[in-house]
Amino acid sequence: MTALLAAISPDADIYVAQNVFFGLIAVVMLYSAYRVVTTINIVHAALWLVLVLAGVAAQFILLGAEFVAVTQVLVYIGAVVVLFLFGIMLTRASLGDDETVREEKHAMAAVVGVLLFSVMALALIDTWGDDRIVIDEPQRVQEVSDAIFSRYIIPFEAVSVLLLAALIGAIVVARKD
Amino acid sequence: MFLNQFLLLAAALFCIGVYGVLVRKNGILVLMSIEIILNAVNINLVAFGSLTDDVAGEVFALFTIAVAAAEVGIGLAIVLLMYRNRRSIDFSEADLLKG
Repeated sequence: MTALLAAISPDADIYVAQNVFFGLIAVVMLYSAYRVVTTINIVHAALWLVLVLAGVAAQFILLGAEFVAVTQVLVYIGAVVVLFLFGIMLTRASLGDDETVREEKHAMAAVVGVLLFSVMALALIDTWGDDRIVIDEPQRVQEVSDAIFSRYIIPFEAVSVLLLAALIGAIVVARKD
Repeated sequence: MFLNQFLLLAAALFCIGVYGVLVRKNGILVLMSIEIILNAVNINLVAFGSLTDDVAGEVFALFTIAVAAAEVGIGLAIVLLMYRNRRSIDFSEADLLKG
């Protein structure tokens, strides 16, 4: 809807192609996310998750954040989804028909989701009414790396220690002995 | 492009993820729903980053991706351990701490 409005508005800073692709990708992402949380086949859920993650990467490219988009594809689609598939295989969590939706909680969870979305949508529309994103040129990788290795060097080191700790922790937790 | 179109998409994804966390019993599917939530947050960070033309949004999104990767590793190890001990990864059966 907003994409259509932006496409027909006579204002400056309109990005017709970007808005059309935003709408297409957003529809695919929302449907895939819906399938991830409702499909009864776990492997299919992992494959729908790939579509959601690829859609997020495409949105990053629309926003001009190419380095984050590439990292998204490498880390999420390349590593995390494979990790999920290994987890499914190792737990043999009934690859076929698996009734995993809690019927009694179904209605309550749907109410929570819809209420949460309406509150957030109202707040967002109220606050960011018609702020526009103007993208002159994509963020260059050099700027990102300069920021990481100068201003954000301490969080960067902390994240690397966190990853190492998580790796060792995962091995210790899952080890058989 | 409006900033709101990205924020509303992220909000919708977030709510779908919350619905999945609440409604799913299978541990791996709960972790997948958490991934959807984290990705919604990343869209917000990058959108605000390009609104203010600041590189901080992208840097924070990269940190979130790293933390999410660590979270999936630990989470799947816990699910694996649970399967080994109980022959089931049904989170609604894991109620040892229930009073």
